Amino acid sequence: MIEVRNLTKRYGDKLAVNDISFKVEKGEILGFLGPNGAGKSTTMNMLTGYISSTSGDVLIDGVNILDDPKKAKANIGYLPEIPPLYVDMTVEAYLGFVYDMKKCKLPRKAHLKDVCSLCKIEDVRGRIIKNLSKGYRQRVGLAQALINNPPVLILDEPTVGLDPNQIIEIRSLIKKLGKKHTVILSSHILPEIQAVCDRIIIINRGMVAADGTADEIAKNITNEHKMTLRIEGPTHTADDKRLIAEKIRAMDGVKYVRADMEREKGIYDYDIETDGKTDIRRALNKLCADNGWNILMLQLSDLTLEDIFLKITMDEGLSKSDDKGGKSKPRIEIKTTASGKLRAVQEDDEEEESSIVDSGDEDTAADSAENNGGEE
Amino acid sequence: MLAIYRREMGAFFTSGVAYVFLAVFWLVSGIFFYNGVIASGFADTSSMFSSMFYIVMFLIPVLTMKLLSEEKKNKTDQGLLTAPISLWDIVLGKYFAALTLFIIAESIIFVYAFIINYLGDVVWQTLLGNYFAMLFLGAAFIAVGLFISSLTENQMASAVVSLVAIFVIYLSESLVADMENGNLVKRVIFKAVSSIAFYSRYIEFTKGVFSLPSVVFFISTAFLFNFFTVKVLEKRRWS
Repeated sequence: MIEVRNLTKRYGDKLAVNDISFKVEKGEILGFLGPNGAGKSTTMNMLTGYISSTSGDVLIDGVNILDDPKKAKANIGYLPEIPPLYVDMTVEAYLGFVYDMKKCKLPRKAHLKDVCSLCKIEDVRGRIIKNLSKGYRQRVGLAQALINNPPVLILDEPTVGLDPNQIIEIRSLIKKLGKKHTVILSSHILPEIQAVCDRIIIINRGMVAADGTADEIAKNITNEHKMTLRIEGPTHTADDKRLIAEKIRAMDGVKYVRADMEREKGIYDYDIETDGKTDIRRALNKLCADNGWNILMLQLSDLTLEDIFLKITMDEGLSKSDDKGGKSKPRIEIKTTASGKLRAVQEDDEEEESSIVDSGDEDTAADSAENNGGEE
Repeated sequence: MLAIYRREMGAFFTSGVAYVFLAVFWLVSGIFFYNGVIASGFADTSSMFSSMFYIVMFLIPVLTMKLLSEEKKNKTDQGLLTAPISLWDIVLGKYFAALTLFIIAESIIFVYAFIINYLGDVVWQTLLGNYFAMLFLGAAFIAVGLFISSLTENQMASAVVSLVAIFVIYLSESLVADMENGNLVKRVIFKAVSSIAFYSRYIEFTKGVFSLPSVVFFISTAFLFNFFTVKVLEKRRWS
């Protein structure tokens, strides 16, 4: 449905979007993820024909947006970052204007009513947009994009400014729309992307840094396994901590151990990373039993989207070294298996120490992210 | 194009620009009408129509100042430029909306004609000639104003620059007036400036001469500047 080939945008010297390629199939919901200034909005603006690309092609349903803009744009509903609302019009008049502008052939009254009820703005139809709250404006913007039932929906941060209830409503609406439409949405709210999207593309510094489902990306970006242990030693002192960490470190398959905070009096947590191939839980249990330690807690922590995102976007060295490397992109293909290690993975290995030191913080952040996700 | 035209007409009235424009236009032209026709006691409209040039000059920028600059500022241009319509649709929709309001304003002339009818005979040929002359003049100036509005995000800048541009076009003629009998260079400058003159072309009409070349001149100016506006929008997309 949407095909993007080697899309590049240059503003003078600045490379805003660098050689992005991807495909979106019909009925797919694609999430665009990236830090501020990564090129999300620029890419979306190019997809919708608002700005042109320096090079590369955008095909909407096989039609190049620069060759036949009218035909290509007729297939797109676009909600930009700032909804393009004429604030001194009423919602009704504005949607009527969009209906006329898109030369919509569907029955006018019924279609506008459908769109309004879909976006839950029936009760504000007679009001002037200027007087609406940000959440309502956002929904009017979404309604505008839905007029004429375009097969492709491109939504730039659709849930900004909405309250938690509305966010959930919009999310389920997008999911519902994803059954009939092809949807691309950008966001920097990670649980949202995870909850709504079939597929995720992470963009960093104008390049595709990862492409796939959250699980696939997680698998590819790293093959290490993390767990958190709480072990009670015999003496309840820091000596315990040193001894336990040392012994665990000596185990087969353990790559890294770090004694964490003192969670209960005299009892410490340990963050352990394994090579991902050996399951050390049984051996751990045995080790503790032999030494007379008590395992009070064992928690496996897989990489969350947040971990992945931070790993990809925080690695300053990653894209720099790739610029030098010329053609090769820091891309993580879904298809590549763990054995065919990728650049990003290799980079991670080199900078392992630094990226793992702050893993404690990441975990707590990830926990809270999970909690947010659990709201639904 | 029709959708844009209708929205723009609506915006003129909801934003109040239309009321200000019409009120000022009618007030000032009423004063000219009173001074030029009623007070002098002649049914001669030429002095009234020549004064009308100034109203057109000062009020057109008010009409065009926010047409495109505000779209850019409020990012509503994003909606227009990603809709399945062409740039000409956008520009002409806005252009004809402004032109329509201008035609409504200048049609006050028929009210004046009605009043003159009581005082003496109306010379319909001259009156209609002048009416259309003013229409074409406005058509050209609106295109200039729309073009300038496309260059900036700031309404006030757009209005001031349009006014200055139109004013310079007007003044340029009196600047070169004494060059007509100078040396070759001066004569070339005079020729060049007077061939793109707006004022003297317009004044010709008020004297009862309906000159077709001038009509063509005004219409092609309007077309040219609308073309420039389209190019500005296009260029913004490509930059």
